[in-house]
Amino acid sequence: MNTTILKISGLSVSFGGILALDNLDLDIKQKEIAAVIGPNGAGKTTFFNCLTGLYAPSAGEILFYPGRDAEAVSLKGMKPHQITEKGVARTFQNIRLFPGMTTLENVMIGRHCRSRASILGALFRNAATRREEQEIIDTSYTILERVGLAGYVNELAGNLPYGAQRRLEMARALAAEPLLLLLDEPAAGMNPQETLNIMELIGEIAADGLTILLIEHDMKLVMSLCQRIFVIDYGRKIAQGSPGEIRSNPDVIKAYLGA
Amino acid sequence: MPACRLYQELKRSLLVALWFIFLTFPLMVVKVDLVERVVHWRWKNMLFVGLAGFFFSFLGRWIMQRKNPGKALGKGTAWSLRFCPDPKIRKILIVLLLCLAVAFPQIFSSYQTTIMTTALMYVVLGLGLNIVVGMAGLLDLGYVAFYAVGAYSYALLNYHFHWGFWTVLPIGGLIAALFGVLLGFPVLRLRGDYLAIVTLGFGEIIRLILENWGEFSQGPSGISNISRPGFFGLELSLDAAILYIYYLMLAFVLVAIFIVGRLQHSRLGRAWIALREDEIACEAMGIDKTKTKLTAFALGAFWAGIIGVVFAAKTTFINPASFTFLESAIILSIVVLGGMGSIFGVILGAFILILLPEYLRALAQYRMLAFGILLVLLMVFRPQGLIAPGRRAYFITKKPDPET
Ligand SMILES: Nc1ncnc2c1ncn2[C@@H]1O[C@H](COP(=O)(O)OP(=O)(O)O)[C@@H](O)[C@H]1O
Ligand SMILES: [Mg+2]
Repeated sequence: MNTTILKISGLSVSFGGILALDNLDLDIKQKEIAAVIGPNGAGKTTFFNCLTGLYAPSAGEILFYPGRDAEAVSLKGMKPHQITEKGVARTFQNIRLFPGMTTLENVMIGRHCRSRASILGALFRNAATRREEQEIIDTSYTILERVGLAGYVNELAGNLPYGAQRRLEMARALAAEPLLLLLDEPAAGMNPQETLNIMELIGEIAADGLTILLIEHDMKLVMSLCQRIFVIDYGRKIAQGSPGEIRSNPDVIKAYLGA
Repeated sequence: MPACRLYQELKRSLLVALWFIFLTFPLMVVKVDLVERVVHWRWKNMLFVGLAGFFFSFLGRWIMQRKNPGKALGKGTAWSLRFCPDPKIRKILIVLLLCLAVAFPQIFSSYQTTIMTTALMYVVLGLGLNIVVGMAGLLDLGYVAFYAVGAYSYALLNYHFHWGFWTVLPIGGLIAALFGVLLGFPVLRLRGDYLAIVTLGFGEIIRLILENWGEFSQGPSGISNISRPGFFGLELSLDAAILYIYYLMLAFVLVAIFIVGRLQHSRLGRAWIALREDEIACEAMGIDKTKTKLTAFALGAFWAGIIGVVFAAKTTFINPASFTFLESAIILSIVVLGGMGSIFGVILGAFILILLPEYLRALAQYRMLAFGILLVLLMVFRPQGLIAPGRRAYFITKKPDPET
């Protein structure tokens, strides 16, 4: 039996000689809510970009276990869409929706890797394609309801209020049926009430059996939600443990207070 | 409108008028008399241009204001819903248009029919490029290359092997699609202006090869005596051939509309649009960027290839001069003017860009000037194109929501 879903060892990335990630070791357990925290510019987003194939790591290994008894899959060197297909989906720190598409269509894009219709299917619109299309619409709508955006179905994503856009990004990622959901600062720019709501939503999603790894800039915020926290500073992991342990870790305090 | 707003609009209109005076100054004001060797300064013309520019600019702004107060540009609902919300009326209109299209050669002269055939060809070219530029957001300035590939496929296969129109039609399309993929591979990583430059170069390379590789393409003198499309083995008279090609083009237009329409709201079409909207989010959401881009290039090129074959068969003579950058620019203008990503817009754009210069002939030497001014005005007042593409609205039947 294997309780790990993601195992990262020795992960390093450099941009023109500057190490943005330095020999990072991490492992995420099945069905937990874990957080990566750290000061601005610590390399958190870079870490996500490596996991999702947007950046190529210069060294290290990323192993993904798509189930308790599943064989390990190396995500290193895979294209972003292949990684999503394996079951890792993400949101972006600076919202990256498809602004000219409707809210529903944005979520439908998330269904892309879980559907098959080809050009011929599109042209002839045979029964299988129609069924699939209906399935995409129904599932997408259900997910929109789940994140509380059912009222915006045909609204262009670019016209949604900021908080709704963040939720839509989560809905879109959920549509890809991920086993591991990566959330990059899901509460950034939100007011306290919205932040509370989004944290609640994340808790609900996790209760469905998803593993969640989230980045949060604000340490206090993750304390209540996460079981385990990893602290990164200057591309290196400086601490890991339960919220209680992190709170009292002198290295973490130093990194945050900049002493 | 409120006073300060009015003042602003007046100021802007004044600037527009000054700009027009500046633009048209060499044409409208300065007149060099070569016989008398004097320059006439027609200041009165300048006044007219200024007044007209001011008036129309202000009028345009006022109309825009009235149409959607608050926001300058309306965006959102699909054109069809905005213009004629009743689907029944829309259907009747479409049927009427179709009847008109079918009856057109009977009503008008064969000269008019030829012009209309050309317009229909540009409709399909526009729809093809619309896949690449409008939907997938890949700025392709070398689209004419695929058109040339189609035309030369037919010309050469006909010249060397006497292959007929109907045999080469799919082959020409497929060869062009292959070239689309060939262009697509090296530019997979490029975006925006870089992509535009490379595709521009690609278009020029194809033209230069055709121009300079004499043994292959017969160089600048071109290939003549290309067979017209056969009609079940019958040789058609010139008039009959014009009619025949017109109806062929009409059929192609309908097929192209059908195909592009179906693709637009399919899984693939959504992937194209997502690619246009945000490439990084698109691949992070599980869309194979490579495949999606290549299918866009290939499908776009396919239509250009098909129309290339038709072009060669219609004119029975082709040379590289028909495939210059200007041609790419016109097709791109059709897509941009009509409204990127909108099928109806592209059709409208093609008609305006191809038919208008013909019917502006009445203005004699001012024809292209008038045409240019019209285009500038159109783009100033409708930067999103004549018909802004709307997204499809989905009506959820499963669980009706009180809010929608
Ligand atoms: N594409 C890139 N090119 C060069 N430097 C980068 C790139 N992406 C990130 N960096 C650098 O890596 C460091 C970590 O950035 P990032 O991962 O965004 O930090 P954060 O922890 O705030 O998310 C920063 O110094 C940033 O400038
Ligand atoms: Mg970040």
